[in-house]
Amino acid sequence: METGEALLLARAQFALNISFHILFPSITIALAWILVYFRTRYALTGEAAWLETYKLWTKIFALTFAMGVVSGVVMSFQFGTNWPGFMNTVGNVAGPLLAFEVLTAFFLEATFLGVMLFGMNRVPGWMHLTSTVLVAAGTTLSAFWILALNSWMQTPVGHGMSEGQIVAADWWQILFTPSFPYRFTHMFLASGLTAAFVVAGLSAWRLLKAPRDTAAARTLRAGIVIAAVLAPVQAFVGDQHGLNTLEHQPAKIAAIEAIWKTERGAPLVLFAIPNEKEQRNDFSIEIPRGASLILTHSLDGELKGLDEFAPDVPPVAPLFFGFRLMVGMGVLMIALSWYGAWRVRNGVVPPQWLLWTFAAFTFSGWVATLAGWYVTEIGRQPWLVTGILRTADAVGPVGGAQLGASLTSYIITYTLLLAAYLVVLTHLAGKGAGETGAPAGRLAKGVAA
Amino acid sequence: MSLDLPVIFTILMGAAILAYVILDGYDLGVAMLMPAATADEQERMVASIGPFWDANQTWLVLGVGLLLVAFPAAHGIVMTALYLPVIAMLVGLMLRGVSFEFRVKAEGWQREMWHWLLWFGSFVMAAAQGLMLASYITGFESGFGYFLFGLVVAGGVCGGYVLLGATWLIWRTDGTLQRKAVAWTHWGLLWVAVGIAFVSLATPIVSETVYHKWFDFPRTLALMLLPLATGAAWVWIWRTASAVRRGTATLDWLPFVGAVALFVLSFAGLAYSLFPYVVMDRMTIWEAAAHPSSLKVVLVGALVVLPFIVGYTIYAYRVFRGKAPASLYER
Repeated sequence: METGEALLLARAQFALNISFHILFPSITIALAWILVYFRTRYALTGEAAWLETYKLWTKIFALTFAMGVVSGVVMSFQFGTNWPGFMNTVGNVAGPLLAFEVLTAFFLEATFLGVMLFGMNRVPGWMHLTSTVLVAAGTTLSAFWILALNSWMQTPVGHGMSEGQIVAADWWQILFTPSFPYRFTHMFLASGLTAAFVVAGLSAWRLLKAPRDTAAARTLRAGIVIAAVLAPVQAFVGDQHGLNTLEHQPAKIAAIEAIWKTERGAPLVLFAIPNEKEQRNDFSIEIPRGASLILTHSLDGELKGLDEFAPDVPPVAPLFFGFRLMVGMGVLMIALSWYGAWRVRNGVVPPQWLLWTFAAFTFSGWVATLAGWYVTEIGRQPWLVTGILRTADAVGPVGGAQLGASLTSYIITYTLLLAAYLVVLTHLAGKGAGETGAPAGRLAKGVAA
Repeated sequence: MSLDLPVIFTILMGAAILAYVILDGYDLGVAMLMPAATADEQERMVASIGPFWDANQTWLVLGVGLLLVAFPAAHGIVMTALYLPVIAMLVGLMLRGVSFEFRVKAEGWQREMWHWLLWFGSFVMAAAQGLMLASYITGFESGFGYFLFGLVVAGGVCGGYVLLGATWLIWRTDGTLQRKAVAWTHWGLLWVAVGIAFVSLATPIVSETVYHKWFDFPRTLALMLLPLATGAAWVWIWRTASAVRRGTATLDWLPFVGAVALFVLSFAGLAYSLFPYVVMDRMTIWEAAAHPSSLKVVLVGALVVLPFIVGYTIYAYRVFRGKAPASLYER
């Protein structure tokens, strides 16, 4: 087997692992805080309806969390099994960050999840609420550490070099690299939007089956309102993140905008087929000077093209299309959440077609989040750690046959898990809908879940 | 006096792995015993481990994380050499972990499928860990003899986990299930006796390093305390379990303590065989260690955070103390 092919397989496997993994944290990071909200409302009002809402969404959270945990463990093993060069070179920085994630986040969330799921009748109410908060804090802390590591890999600072190995010099700088505040905020909001659309989408699905379910109507509103508030903030933060990237990783921006050559007054390419071989765009639709205006806030601002950074440039097509997919989905999410917020403003259940639309948008956050991560991670290539370690130099000695076996096992397992997850989620959302004609009465009965 | 950081981290890593083997060992063992129980009993068995398995499994992530942090050079060698069993373990780990949730949330045949996958995933995890251990002790040698040795160790690890699981059930259940658990404990003990004897004899044969460490008179005489203590723990488990069945013992957690002791002793023997290698016969802990600046940061962090982890772990075990309920999950 050619080493090039083994490298490609190893990268495909990592991409599969991380793409599968991120689906679940992108829901749970924010859903955990939404659960805190439901749990607090129950604590304050004592209403059985809030308790029922909390219990239903706790089930969905527990399932999603379990998917995230197990796929996350798989991720943590990937460093050693497939990318030993990563730890050999930057282990002195990456190791402690990963260790702190385990120590401060994993144990916390795993332990208090048990109390949160099964301890309601065993601990006082305030302790149960505290457990819910600690689980949410754990998921957010976990995101903090892993995004700190990712940001350091994108824009490394605060380190030195000793005998071919990276050595930490200033941990504060390593934690708060130039791209970290933007990346963390962007991801946290992405999770908020993803979770909000999951809540709204599954509630809409529920309302299609049980139109008078007041709990579902309430969670639909909650999801829509959260999305409507977060979506425009995300657009602003995303723009700031882009400007930050232009400053620290200009090659990535050049690939996103498909700017092949450095120019003043660069056009904004709305659509094109990037032609990697000829280094130009085919069939492009452009707004003259648009890119310069957006990125430099000047009509004839200079934008560096890919020629400036060659040969260390990322592939253009996945970044170009990935970015447009993310932004396009984001625009749709803003439009839908605002329109939805307008329609539910008086507490009325929206019309059927709108419920169907929200149900169809249940996992819209996944599309945008995945597209965004593809842009930022492929945009880092050919580097694994920008300027320090090339992806090709980190890959391990595992041969093609073993890689083929592992990749096949992962594909089968992930397909099974994802299919089962979607089946069970729709099942949970629709469960019991046909059993009673009087949902309001069912709510009054309380906790029969 | 300067700290010998690699030694400290070896102890930390060893402690994390031992904690993992004992804690996840009992819940894997309980799941592996499920085919021997009735449907109602199975429900209660899962209820006895439901609140704990996730945190238990986290000790594995910490153990491997410490290997990665403290001995990055060894981490890559170990993980790539153990590639296939690691992948098998991870697939098992995924299936087992999500099955806890799916088996109560899915419907019809799917529920049945997840029920079996909980057993299957646990079994694959345990067996794969045995294969990894065998390969690790022998310095990743390959060949038919080593493969057989791997199968034997895998069988031993499964048996050990089943013993932990059975004694856990003696502690956490009562009635018919508890009596069954006593029988399982006795069967597990017989299995483990064969397993430990075989592995103890085979390891010096397949590894010259281990041979020289153990058969070096007069040190051998002192070392013989270890097998003697192991034998004592074995008898202790047998007798305390029998006492629970006869109803003469009120301390139903004694067999579990004995099983933990058995694991600690086996682990000590293993640690003695390996030290100071982190990659058997190839790389010592000092050769593989990470830069001191990074080790210090993690050490300080671990010393601050670990007491909290131990504290809230004890809290969670207190919250869910006593006999397990018939079922934990609302449907």
